Amino acid sequence: MSKFGVVIFPGSNCDQDMIYVLRDIMGQEVVELWHKDTDLKGCDFIVLPGGFSYGDYLRSGAIARFSPIMEKVIEFANKGGYVLGVCNGFQILCEAGLVPGALLHNNDRKFICKNVFIKAENNSTLITSEVPTGKALKIPIAHGEGKYYADAETIKQLNENGQIIFRYCDENGNVTDAANPNGATENIAGVCNAGKNVFGMMPHPERATDGELSNIDGRWIFDSLLSMVKN
Amino acid sequence: MKFRAEIDVMPLKALLDPQGKAVTGSMKNLGLPEIENVRIGKHITLEVEADSKDTASAKVDDACKKLLANQIMEFYEFEIFEN
Repeated sequence: MSKFGVVIFPGSNCDQDMIYVLRDIMGQEVVELWHKDTDLKGCDFIVLPGGFSYGDYLRSGAIARFSPIMEKVIEFANKGGYVLGVCNGFQILCEAGLVPGALLHNNDRKFICKNVFIKAENNSTLITSEVPTGKALKIPIAHGEGKYYADAETIKQLNENGQIIFRYCDENGNVTDAANPNGATENIAGVCNAGKNVFGMMPHPERATDGELSNIDGRWIFDSLLSMVKN
Repeated sequence: MKFRAEIDVMPLKALLDPQGKAVTGSMKNLGLPEIENVRIGKHITLEVEADSKDTASAKVDDACKKLLANQIMEFYEFEIFEN
């Protein structure tokens, strides 16, 4: 068992889905952490869920990054604690500087809500440890600002250090321009920090984990996270 | 003393600005095809209490760096006025 803390900001809207998956499907202990809390309640894994924290005012994730709980999350992450940010959670991690890069408006400026395919770059990070490399996972995205961007030097380092965790691909696992939904640099859908304990991804694995929804590809990702507990 | 800052935050020149691109496209429909390279950012005004213009400027610069602009994707410029 692991104790997961799911942070709820004003405007979070994927928090209950994340809690349901971790608690009811994956069988883990989960506590809710309010944005005004200043204590992580003994959690050993923190999740920043999707949504529109603080109404996406100024920039997605920019204001959430300065909420009281984030000070503790940043401290926890800097000590090597595990943190996962999904969608708006990824945007918050970028704004906090916990993972490199930024998330820009999608190239076509549309809010895109659909199933896409992503594949794990390698098995050397916790979040991809149980995902078969090369396998295209069908996972939904739902974002207006999901185009991953970092300067060329940063992208080079991410590639060299194995920090790119997921790339958008077609259903056969080919990373192509046509399979890139938002114009992300090098089809990047998710990255981690250099310490490989902080993970950010735009696709929503929590929306593809309950068998009732006919798609459980996201379970590979949650199984990977739980390998932390098993090992 | 109270100072007023007028801040512009713009997308980095090297980055695609999809909003600006869409507006550029509509200029042709307006009959103004001479207008090109529309780029759209934010204009922010704020008031700051400080002993001098330099101190006010340093505080505004700090606010821009920490919150108002994300320098991975944006740049900023500002002017300070005595209120």
